Amino acid sequence: MINHLIIAPLLIPLIVGIVLLFLRHNVKTQKVISVLSLTAMLVATVLLLFSVLEHGVQTYQLGGWQPPFGIVLVADSLAVLLVLFTAIVALACLLFSIRGLDQERKAYFFYPLLQFLITGVVGAFLTGDIFNLFVFFEVLLMSSYALIVLGGEKGQLRESLKYVLVNVISSALFVTGVAYLYSVTGTLNMADLSNRIAEIGQPGLVTVIALLFLVVFGMKAAIFPLYFWLPGSYSAPPPVISALFAGLLTKVGIYAIIRIFTIIFYHHPDITHQILGGLAAITMIVGVIGAVAYQNLQKILVYNVVAGVGYIIFGLSSFNEPGLFGGIFYLVHDMLIKAALFLLVGAIIVITRTPKMNEASGLIKHYPLLGWAFLAAALSLAGVPPFSGFFGKLMLIQGGFYAEQYWTVGILLLSSLLVLYSVMKIFFSVILGEEKLPTLKERPNIKGLLYPSIILLFLSFIMGMGAEWVYPYVADATTTLLNPDIYIEAVLKE
Amino acid sequence: MRTNDVVLKTATQLVTFIIIIFSIYVFLQGHHNPGGGFIGGLMTAAAIILIGIAFDIKTVRRILPFDFKLLTATGLLIAVLTGIGAFIFDATFLTHTYDYFYLPLLGKTELATALLFDIGVYFVVIGVTLTIIFTIGEDS
Repeated sequence: MINHLIIAPLLIPLIVGIVLLFLRHNVKTQKVISVLSLTAMLVATVLLLFSVLEHGVQTYQLGGWQPPFGIVLVADSLAVLLVLFTAIVALACLLFSIRGLDQERKAYFFYPLLQFLITGVVGAFLTGDIFNLFVFFEVLLMSSYALIVLGGEKGQLRESLKYVLVNVISSALFVTGVAYLYSVTGTLNMADLSNRIAEIGQPGLVTVIALLFLVVFGMKAAIFPLYFWLPGSYSAPPPVISALFAGLLTKVGIYAIIRIFTIIFYHHPDITHQILGGLAAITMIVGVIGAVAYQNLQKILVYNVVAGVGYIIFGLSSFNEPGLFGGIFYLVHDMLIKAALFLLVGAIIVITRTPKMNEASGLIKHYPLLGWAFLAAALSLAGVPPFSGFFGKLMLIQGGFYAEQYWTVGILLLSSLLVLYSVMKIFFSVILGEEKLPTLKERPNIKGLLYPSIILLFLSFIMGMGAEWVYPYVADATTTLLNPDIYIEAVLKE
Repeated sequence: MRTNDVVLKTATQLVTFIIIIFSIYVFLQGHHNPGGGFIGGLMTAAAIILIGIAFDIKTVRRILPFDFKLLTATGLLIAVLTGIGAFIFDATFLTHTYDYFYLPLLGKTELATALLFDIGVYFVVIGVTLTIIFTIGEDS
C-alpha cells in the first residue's frame, strides 16, 4: 500500500496554482479556492505528521524508481513539522491578503504565485535528493522574484534587481557545489551521499564542498557575511508578501543547512560546526545592531529576521540534543512569530500610512486589540515565558552550555535583550503615547486584518504553554537528526 | 514607412510549415533519438515568431486567437495530470508505462505515457516563449 499522503502537501498547491491561472479574472473564486486548498493541505499535513510519529520516517519513490536511482521524497518529523508550519503561515498570510492587498496585485496572479511559492517551499522540505532540492529552490525563488516585483513600484523594482542578482549567483554556486559533490561521490541522493562520505571519511576536499554549500545556503538563509541583500529586499514589497518571505524563505535555507550538516557533512564538526558557531554569533550581533538602529517598522523586523537566523544556526552548531532541539523548536516558533509581527506591522501601516516610527503614535486608544496583540508578539519574539519563544531559547542556552560555548550563550542572551528593546521601542512610540495620526478625520477600518495574526499568536501561546504536546514531535525530529542511520535506513531499505 | 517585404512574406508562408512539421518530428522522436518536448516547443514557437516578424503580431493573434498564458497553464495541467494518473493504477506519482499497439498505417507502434507528459512540456514551452516575446513586442 502506497502512502500518497506524503506527496499531498506538495501536489495540492501545485494543482491549485495551475487551476488558478485559468481563473485570473475571477478574483473572488481564486480566494475561495485558495483558502479551501490550503486548509486541505493543512489537514493532510497533520495526518502525515501523526503517521510519521507512529510509523517512523516514511519515503515516497517518485515514478516507482528505487533510491538512489530515482528521486525520493522523505517525510521525517523535521520536514513534516516544517511543512505543517508552512501551511499555517501561508494560510494566515492568505487570510490577511483578502483585505490587506490591493485589487490590482490580486488580479495579477498573486494567488497562483502564492501557491507556487508554497509548492517550492514544501518540495524543498520534503525532498531527499540534492539536485531536486535545487529545483525546488528555483521554484520558490522564481515565485518570490515575481512576488517581490508584483505591483511595480520604484522601490520594488530596485530591490528585486538586487534580490534576483544575489540569488542567481547563489544558485550558480549551488549547481557548482552539486557538481563537485557528484564528481567526488557519484550520487545525488542524500542518504546515499551520506553513506559514501562516511566510507571515505570526509577528506579535506569534501569539507571544502561542505563549506561551499554553507556559502550557498547561507546566502539563502541570510547568515552573517551573506545577509546584505535581505534588509532591502524584504522591506520593499507589501507587508503580506514580506510576511510570507520572512516566515518561509530564509527558513528553507536554514533547513537545508541543518539537513546537510547533520546527515551528509557531520564527520568533522571541529571544523564545520565551529565555523557555524562563529557565524551564528556574529549574525546575532549584526541582526540586533540593525534592529536597534532603525526607526522604520519594516526594517526593524527585517533585522530581527537576521537575528533569528543566528539563534537557529547556533542550535545546530552546538550539535547536541538540547541544542538541536532548541534550534528546531525556535525555527518553527520563528516562522509563526515573524509572520505574525509582519502582519501586525502591515495593519499598523494601513492605519498610519507610513513605515516610519516617529510619524504616528497612540494607536492603542482606538485600536486596543492591535496594541495588545503587538505586545504579545513582541514578548513572544523576545522569549518571555508564557509564549513559545521562551522554551526554544532555553534549550538553545542549555545546548550552548553543554557544548561549552559560553561566549555565544552570552551573546544570545544579550541579543535577546536588544531584540526585546527593538520591538518594545515600536510598542512604546507607536502603540502607546500621545495620539498623533496623519489623517484623523477618517479612521481606517482594520477589520479582517487582525485575526490572522491573532490566530498565529494563539498558536504561539499554545506552543509555549503546551510545550509538552509539541515535545514528542520535536524530540523525534532531533533524534533523526542526531542519528542519520534512521534516515538512511528508511530511504535505502532492503 | 514600411518597405515592401514580399519576398520575406512569401518565404515565411512556405518555411513556417516546414519548421512546424520538423518541430513535431523532433518532438515525437524524443524517446529514442535526440529531441523531445523542450526543443520541439522552442522550434514551434520559433515558427510562430517568424510569422510575427514577417507580418505583425496582430496577424499571429488572428491565427492563434487565444491567450498564450492559458496555453502554459494547460501544458502544466496536462503534465501534472499524467503524473496523477498513476494513482489510479496504485503506483506512485509520475510513474510511466508503455505498451505496443497496432495502429492503422503505422503498424506496430510503441506508445508511452511519457509522451503525454511531453505534450505538457511542449505546450508550456510554446506558451512561455510566445508570452515573453509578444509581451515585450506589444509594449509600446
